Amino acid sequence: MGDKSSGAKKVSRRKFLVRGGLGTIGVLAIGTYIFRNAIRREILGTVNSLEMPYTDNTDQPMVWFEVTSENNIVLHSPKMEMGQGTFTGIAQMAADELSVSMQQIQVVHAASSTGNVDSFATGGSTSISGLWQPLRELSAMLRMMLLKEASQKLNIDVTQLQIDDGVISGTGKSLTYAQVAEGVKNWEVPDTPKLKSLKEYKYVGKPIARVDLDAKVFGDPIFGMDAQMPDMLYGAIVRPTKIGSIFVSADIATAENMPGVIKIVVEEDFVGVVAKSMLEAENAKNAINVTWDSYKDLNTEAITKIITVGNGKSTIIQKNGDSLNEEGDLVRLEFRTPIGAHAQIEPNGVVASVDGDSAIVKISTQVVGITRKEVAKRLGLDTDKVNIIPTYLGGGFGRRLHTPHAVQAAVMSKAVGKPVKYFFSRKEEFQHDMFRPPTHHVIKGELNTDGLLHGLEHEFVSGDVGNNSALIPNFLPPIIGADVGAIRGGFIQYSGIPNFRAVYWHVDLPFATSWWRSLGLLANTFAMESFMDEMALKANKNAVEFRLQQIADDAIGVRLKNVIKAAAEKANYSEEITNGRAMGFAASIDANTPCAQVAEVSIIDNEIIVHKVTVSLDPGLAVNPDQIRAQCEGCVIMGMSAVLYEQMFVEDGELTPTIYGPYQMALMKNAPKEIDVVLLQGKDTPGAVGEPPLGPIGAAIANAVRRLTGERLTELPLKLSKLTL
Amino acid sequence: MEISLTINGMLKTVDVGDENTPLLWIVRDLLNLKGTKFGCGKAACGACTLLVDDEAVRSCSYPVKFVEGKKVTTIEGLGDRENPHPVQQAWIEEIVPQCGYCQPGFMMATAALLNKVPNPTDEDIDNNIINVCRCGTYYRMRKAIHRAAKLQAEINTNETKEI
Repeated sequence: MGDKSSGAKKVSRRKFLVRGGLGTIGVLAIGTYIFRNAIRREILGTVNSLEMPYTDNTDQPMVWFEVTSENNIVLHSPKMEMGQGTFTGIAQMAADELSVSMQQIQVVHAASSTGNVDSFATGGSTSISGLWQPLRELSAMLRMMLLKEASQKLNIDVTQLQIDDGVISGTGKSLTYAQVAEGVKNWEVPDTPKLKSLKEYKYVGKPIARVDLDAKVFGDPIFGMDAQMPDMLYGAIVRPTKIGSIFVSADIATAENMPGVIKIVVEEDFVGVVAKSMLEAENAKNAINVTWDSYKDLNTEAITKIITVGNGKSTIIQKNGDSLNEEGDLVRLEFRTPIGAHAQIEPNGVVASVDGDSAIVKISTQVVGITRKEVAKRLGLDTDKVNIIPTYLGGGFGRRLHTPHAVQAAVMSKAVGKPVKYFFSRKEEFQHDMFRPPTHHVIKGELNTDGLLHGLEHEFVSGDVGNNSALIPNFLPPIIGADVGAIRGGFIQYSGIPNFRAVYWHVDLPFATSWWRSLGLLANTFAMESFMDEMALKANKNAVEFRLQQIADDAIGVRLKNVIKAAAEKANYSEEITNGRAMGFAASIDANTPCAQVAEVSIIDNEIIVHKVTVSLDPGLAVNPDQIRAQCEGCVIMGMSAVLYEQMFVEDGELTPTIYGPYQMALMKNAPKEIDVVLLQGKDTPGAVGEPPLGPIGAAIANAVRRLTGERLTELPLKLSKLTL
Repeated sequence: MEISLTINGMLKTVDVGDENTPLLWIVRDLLNLKGTKFGCGKAACGACTLLVDDEAVRSCSYPVKFVEGKKVTTIEGLGDRENPHPVQQAWIEEIVPQCGYCQPGFMMATAALLNKVPNPTDEDIDNNIINVCRCGTYYRMRKAIHRAAKLQAEINTNETKEI
């Protein structure tokens, strides 16, 4: 797929504009990187290996760069920084093509008023891979424009000039980029120049320290929760605790007269308080008596019953050869995964200022374009009257792909004529999350006489991930028939098996589920790779050999085999139990990035302890190997947290627990003491990194436990049965 | 109600309103020091950890009245870009933060740990560093904590020599 993703068109020359200013120039460009037509077969056939190209807003020119009078470059990023290291990677790419040092590049979130709005989102592990071609081309064009202008100013031929850290020099004379740019009215815009070779890059490919490191170590106020505006007031919103509640009416008499209260804002769909301080807003909120309609008294068992293969509507998403012989010697296992919370540490927060016919919104969001559209629609404004100013995200993980709180803050601001800051309480975060959906899997397999799989079938059911999301156009799900998010990782990756089938079942849940880092991958890979391990045991084969023998030699198959071999070799994979420790193996492909992991596990005081995880990942070209390692380490720990501890319940119609602790997550003491990462480069462009390493961890741990105890754990979170204890 | 405290080395008197207001909001909203974070409001995640008389405190659940006459240190007062605290220096050298939101709380908890246990074992770290990080930076944090202990020991050795 690598060739397809890099097939984006070049930046159009006519659309590369330059805007002058006082000591700075803004470079505006319209890229023409358009999401391929989403045709059913293409999406279904390639969703495991699909890389999303960068998609932008093609209506208006966008500010990408400013050259400052201090001879620095400000890069306006359409992608948000949420910990994944994108700012650092794109700074490396821009610095190299612009011939400036890393210190000269400052990356900022593009405000929507600059037009540089990503029409998709920051998510899907697409930021670096999607910007790889367009950002380097834009940077190279700016470099050439400055070079040509310098050539005229210095009266030296371009071929006699060289550039070093933003200084253009030749025959003893030199000008900084800032000096070149000063006062220029008409720029000569060249065709997209030839990009530098990888060997010429000083920064791309190197483990450069994060560009936001100092800000994050010294406590700078960079997050949505830290945002302020002059004369800011505080908002609070009454949220129901029961699933499915619809706002009917509110008794606000008491709250209206409470200290600090400016106004109670009663809308059709919510009631909010605006007060002088956050605590006064909270107090008044608690004094409002709201009537809710039609809540449902649900419990976890009822949800489990809905999430069962055979319910709802099915779509065959993958098929090869014949169906399984149901009369044969089939192994059949069922797996379940629970509702998962995002639990990002920074609550969703926003400051909105609505003044006359325009709005300014400071927010941590993964969807600047959607946030802008929703605020504009509710206020009845044109989108260009709404400026979304994104902040750093205190964790994204998919939680910030939904930002209705921006609309609510804007409505409250309009009602009082002053800026209003609003953020969720932790209880509201847990109860009004857009959860990782619970899943159920039925997997069947049949071995041939050589102990290899003759047939394999994966049927699974999941709540919505992509369906009913603003990111997926409404017309798409009926065409595809399957949820593009829920099916991630649900395919059979062992393409050497002659007969296989993957079937997705769609059901509706009574509460919202959505994108959670890696989407269906975590659950699907847990189920599939646990099953593969069980089949290897039944075939009496080494788990690594068993996998390697059933992968076809196509491009992705070769890359998958290579990561499997690399992980096994690096971890010294063995099926012996040594010092009470067993190894578990698992592998996955997500967004065209294969990953394999070996977990070294023991059981101490009846608890599953993960001592060491070896990760092998082939992300293609590694723009920043250190940040790719950091993503692998983070995915291992976030993944083990999800598979060993995390679970939301439904009790009396309420989602629970509502606080860390009862919602158990991995802490320092649980994290592996060793995480060993091996990076392979199986293609020559950068690929997905932020999610693929979440795939194998669940099955890797469960497979180790199987070898320690003989018990096949089929439900997340993994719990040893009483029998084992 | 007025409270006098030493905040990052500066003596200040603040009208805090209700004496039971959590220290976190006084620090963030009245003193405008945003490095101390709100995470849960129930002392469950540790994002709001700061030092009161060099002890780690979860400030979201710590009434401001208890800091009268005391010394409060936040991430902004722990060290700065010119003079980073050994914990901050170690965090930089190990490139620990991802999203970064929980990191000030972890650094403050670590600074408090090193005051008591200058050379912590893995077990000391497991027992004392109990904040929550969603990005999963624990692996690098552990390395940074050990590195910070070494950096601090070097500083102490140098100081001793100067005497």
